[in-house]
This record gives sequence, structure tokens and C-alpha cells, in this order.
Amino acid sequence: MVASLRSHRRSRYFAAMKIAVCIKRVPDMELRFSIASDRKTLDSSGLKYEMGDFDGYALEVGLQLTEKQGPGEVVIYSLGPDGVQETLRKGLAMGAARAVQLKAEEVPFDGLAIAQALATALRDGGYDLILFGRMATDTAHGSVGPMTAELLGLPCVTAISHLEIANQRGTARRDLEGASETVEFPLPAVLTIDEGIARPRLASLKGIMAAKKKPLEVKPAQLGKVSLTVEAMELPPERPPGRIIGEGAEAVPELLRLLQSEAKVL
Amino acid sequence: MANFLAFAESRGGKLRKVAFEAVTAARQAADASGQSEVHALVIGPPGISAQAGALGKHGADVVVAVEHPKLERYNPEVFVATMAERLKGSSYRGGFFAASAQGRDLAPRVAARLGVSLASDVTGFELQGDAAVVRHPAYTGKVNVTLRLAGSPALISLRPGFVTPAEQPRAGRVEMLQPAMDPAAARVTVTELAQRSTTKLDLGEAPVIVSGGRGLRAAENFKLVEDLAAALGNAAVGATRAVTDDGWRPPTDQIGQTGRLVSPDLYIAVGISGAIQHLAGMRTAKTIVAINKDKDAPIFKVADYGIVGDLFEIVPRLTEEIRRIRGSQ
Ligand SMILES: Cc1cc2nc3c(=O)[nH]c(=O)nc-3n(C[C@H](O)[C@H](O)[C@H](O)COP(=O)(O)OP(=O)(O)OC[C@H]3O[C@@H](n4cnc5c(N)ncnc54)[C@H](O)[C@@H]3O)c2cc1C
Ligand SMILES: Nc1ncnc2c1ncn2[C@@H]1O[C@H](COP(=O)(O)O)[C@@H](O)[C@H]1O
Repeated sequence: MVASLRSHRRSRYFAAMKIAVCIKRVPDMELRFSIASDRKTLDSSGLKYEMGDFDGYALEVGLQLTEKQGPGEVVIYSLGPDGVQETLRKGLAMGAARAVQLKAEEVPFDGLAIAQALATALRDGGYDLILFGRMATDTAHGSVGPMTAELLGLPCVTAISHLEIANQRGTARRDLEGASETVEFPLPAVLTIDEGIARPRLASLKGIMAAKKKPLEVKPAQLGKVSLTVEAMELPPERPPGRIIGEGAEAVPELLRLLQSEAKVL
Repeated sequence: MANFLAFAESRGGKLRKVAFEAVTAARQAADASGQSEVHALVIGPPGISAQAGALGKHGADVVVAVEHPKLERYNPEVFVATMAERLKGSSYRGGFFAASAQGRDLAPRVAARLGVSLASDVTGFELQGDAAVVRHPAYTGKVNVTLRLAGSPALISLRPGFVTPAEQPRAGRVEMLQPAMDPAAARVTVTELAQRSTTKLDLGEAPVIVSGGRGLRAAENFKLVEDLAAALGNAAVGATRAVTDDGWRPPTDQIGQTGRLVSPDLYIAVGISGAIQHLAGMRTAKTIVAINKDKDAPIFKVADYGIVGDLFEIVPRLTEEIRRIRGSQ
């Protein structure tokens, strides 16, 4: 349990919390990417996929809240092709109760189109909290969470690094440039989770076995109209190869000379 | 001729630098599309309209000022409602935000409220007829994506630091506007704003970053990094996740894939191995210096200037030499 995440029972009665977590399947960022011949997509050969970093944090927050709060349920959602089922199974192995795939052969780059599909699927779910990652590591938009909140008309706090839930209300902290805000909100609400709040657990062997039997529902994604489209993808120019200029403190004068006369940054 | 609206971000009644970046971008868009006007929207406590002069200087023809005693701090619901209503009511061609913490909270919701898409964290843009074509670094900075955003208004959030604020004086005529909802009716409230330090440079704005990793061995040894930053004068201090995890530095100092993304002129990596998740946050720095005792550390693959050796000897020497240079300038 991470200290920054706390919850209190609402009363002597267990209050079952129902939490949805939206998880995106993204390429493993440690691999070397190349661009496909259409110049618009990643070359998929050799790509591996995983759960988005922040989505893992969001799932962990959801799991910890239901564990603390007594009986509760975490339901995970992922929009995409059948490949997302593997990511959802991983979430089930970590402890989610059930999963929903919103099936779409292609995942658009347009955050609003995705948010519309998620909002449609989540609307009547009766969730106390709907959790998102601060941003997906592939698109790096950080917009699907707050867009979904808006479409659902729910209170929303983004990029939180601290959370407390008590009596159907929440208090969160979000970090700004050089400052932080404390934010209070009523439930139900939408939150997007930043680094620092909870590191995702590893699935246990027992969890992995149990996950195989947990329900995974497949529904068609009702994507909104797509008006943000990829025109081109490029790899950024490579940095020039690194250069070791010397060893130990004796190399400092040479470093300063290079910073002054070559790089011109001093 | 359809106009452009820029959201002018403020904190504590003062405009932030990103406000001028948004206004400058809107000015560029307006000039490129003919006779359009730039309107800047500023929301804050009574007196915020006094900022109009500075916004006019950066190219705002009109400053739309929303003042309310309950708007001293950010109020997401009021800001979203007010920005969305203004964009809708006056049929703007485009709206610009900063992709700052506040802008990233605000812009997607305004977009969803209007039912239009958003181009986030943009490092370059061009209007092409009914569309906008934008550049956006994605996949942890490993891929540059060019996107076409169709429809009006074209909503764009700009990566901080990528537009250089420029002075292009316009009238900056003030137009007062009521908030589109009663701040007291907002469900979400910011109850406290804690400023960490008013003197320290933010990682996103500092031209130089000195960053420390686990090689420093203990929290107190960060003094070496602090001293070097202080000697440089224009530097902020960053860290790796190994270090923020151990509590040697606050989580907000973390640079990388799940921390801050920075592009300073000079990045000095001290006792940092150069894990791919760290590189994701600083690879776009103009010049990278690395100090590490392991000549095979991956950081040396990206460092323009690497020194192999013990940081506890090298860093104090570097600090001393820089003090000498700075002193003689
Ligand atoms: C999902 C995920 C997200 C992550 N996000 C981030 C992120 O955003 N940012 C981030 O930084 N990391 C991130 N990480 C962690 C990352 O993988 C590395 O573990 C981390 O960056 C290592 O930090 P480090 O370089 O300080 O430590 P180490 O890898 O332990 O490196 C320490 C270095 O110090 C050198 N050293 C030791 N003593 C001395 C000395 N006396 N003089 C000189 N050099 C010395 C060593 O040679 C070594 O290279 C993430 C990991 C995961 C899985
Ligand atoms: N295809 C998807 N399926 C499920 N959740 C998603 C999907 N895309 C985005 N999300 C969620 O929205 C967050 C922000 O995504 P983005 O706005 O693309 O950065 C992610 O961290 C996920 O929580």
C-alpha cells in the first residue's frame, strides 16, 4: 500500500465500490521502431505490446481502493483489436474482476472518437470511479480521460499523484509546474492517474490461473467520427553518436572549452 | 473573417509565460489567414483585466476578461464552460491552449463539450484551408507524428517552450465577460494551491538542467548537484526515477517517460545510467553531458560530451571551474 493512497470506509457498513479502469494496449517502448512503407504507421513486425504505463498505475489504484473499501469490483475496458485481450487478461491476473473489449480493428489517433466509444460503454455501468492513465504512452495526448468525463457529465480531476476517498467524496493532489493543487470532488467521478501514486503489482501465478476463468466480454466499439488523422510518421533525427572526451577531473577543463567554444551553451 | 481565441493561463493573478506563447501562436495563425483578430481569454480574480496590456503587446486585438472573486484559483468547470461558450458563440476558426498542467486539463474538456477533436502537445502547426496540420512527438518522443485536424474551431494545445513569445503590439481592447456558470455551483474545487518555490526555475523553463541519479548514493549528496546548478545560475535540478522512488528528491523532479519531458539547451547527467525510460524525457536536449564511472553506461551513447570517472571528484571540480568562469564574466 502506497502511503499516498488512502480510503476510509463510509460507515460501519461496507460500501462496495464499483470502479472502471480504461487500459490501452501500447507498443513496448523499449524496442526500436521503424516506420512502415505507408509512412503513416509503425512497422508492426517485431513490435511487442504491453499495458500503458499510467494505465497500470490506474489499475493498481482501483485494486487498492476496492481492497481497502471492502467488497468492490474493478472492471477493465480496452478498445482495440483482439490483441487487447492479452492486455486485459493481464489486468484480470492482477486482480480485476472482469473485462470488456470494445472491439475495433483499428484504434484511431483521435482521442475524441475513442472517448465517445468509452463513454457509451461506461454510461450505464453505475461506477463510483472511472480511472484512466494520465496519458497513453503511444499517442501521448492525455485527453481521452477528461474528454470521457465531459461526455458523461462527471466531475473530473486529471494527473493526480495522491488520492483519498471517504464518504462518497475524494481529495486529490495534482502537480503543476512548480506548484501543486489540492482538489476536492464528489463521487461518481473520473480521475486520471499520474506517476507516484501506486506502482502496479506483478500478477501472481494464482492470479494468472484465475484470470483464465474470469469473464471477458466483447462488444463492438461505437467510435465517434474521426477528425484527427495521421498524415505521416517519422523517426526523429538520430543524435550524433556519443563521445567520451576524457577521464576523471582532469577532463573538466576540456569539457568547459567544448561547452564554450563548440556547443556554445556556456 | 473568423478569429482566433487564445487561452491566457494565469496563476495567482499573474500571467504565465505560456499565456504569451498561446497568444503568439494565435497571432501567427491570424496573420497567416488574412484579416483575422486574436482574442485572448483570461480568467481570474477581480483585477485580472489589468493584464490586458501585456496580452495586447503580444498581439491580442481583444482581451476577454472574466473576473470573479471566487476565481482566484483554477476552477475546471467554470473555465471549461466559459471557454467553450465563448468559442461556440463567436464562431472562432481556432483556439490555442498551452499543453501545461492546466491546459492539459482544460483543453480536452472544452473539445469534448464542443464535440470537436483536439491536437495535443503540438510542436508546430499550419492552417491548410479547413484543416490544421500539426506536429506532435509521440511514442515517448521516439516518433514524430504529423496529424491533420479537420473542422472548426481547430483546437490546439502547444508544447510549452516551442513557441517563442513575440511582441507584436495590438490594441488589447478589454471586453468584460461573465463566467458561464456560477463558481459556487462547481462540483470540483481547488481548495489549495501550494507554490513550491518562487525562486527556483521550473524544469520546463530552465535553459540548463543538472540531473542526478543513483550514482549519487544518498540524498545529502545531491548538494553536489545543487551546487553545480547554483554555479551555473540558470539551471534547475532533475532526477531519475530511481532517485525519486527512494525519496531523495520529490517525485516532481523526475525526468523521463513517466515524469517530465524536457528539452533544455544543456543537460548534465550525473551518476545516471541512461535507461531508455530516462532517455525518453531528455533525448531532445540540445547538448548532453554525462558523468559516469562506467564507460559502458548507455548514457554515453547519447552524450555529446562524456567524462568517465568518479562523480565525487569530477562534479566539485566542474562547479569550481564554472564559478571561476562566471566570476570573471
Ligand atoms: C514503466 C517504467 C517507467 C519508468 N519511468 C522512468 C522515468 O520517467 N524516469 C527515469 O529516470 N526512470 C524511469 N524508469 C526507471 C528506469 O528504467 C531506470 O531504472 C532508472 O532511470 C535508473 O536510474 P539511475 O540511472 O539513477 O540508476 P542506475 O541505473 O542504478 O544508474 C546509476 C549509475 O550511476 C553510476 N555511478 C555509480 N557510482 C558512481 C560514481 N561514484 N561516479 C559516477 N558514476 C557513478 C553507475 O555507473 C550507473 O550507471 C521507469 C521504469 C519503468 C519500468
Ligand atoms: N483504446 C483505448 N482503450 C482503453 N482505454 C484507452 C484507450 N485509449 C486511451 N485510453 C485511456 O485514456 C488514457 C489517455 O489516453 P490519451 O488521451 O490517448 O493519452 C489512457 O491512459 C487510457 O487510460
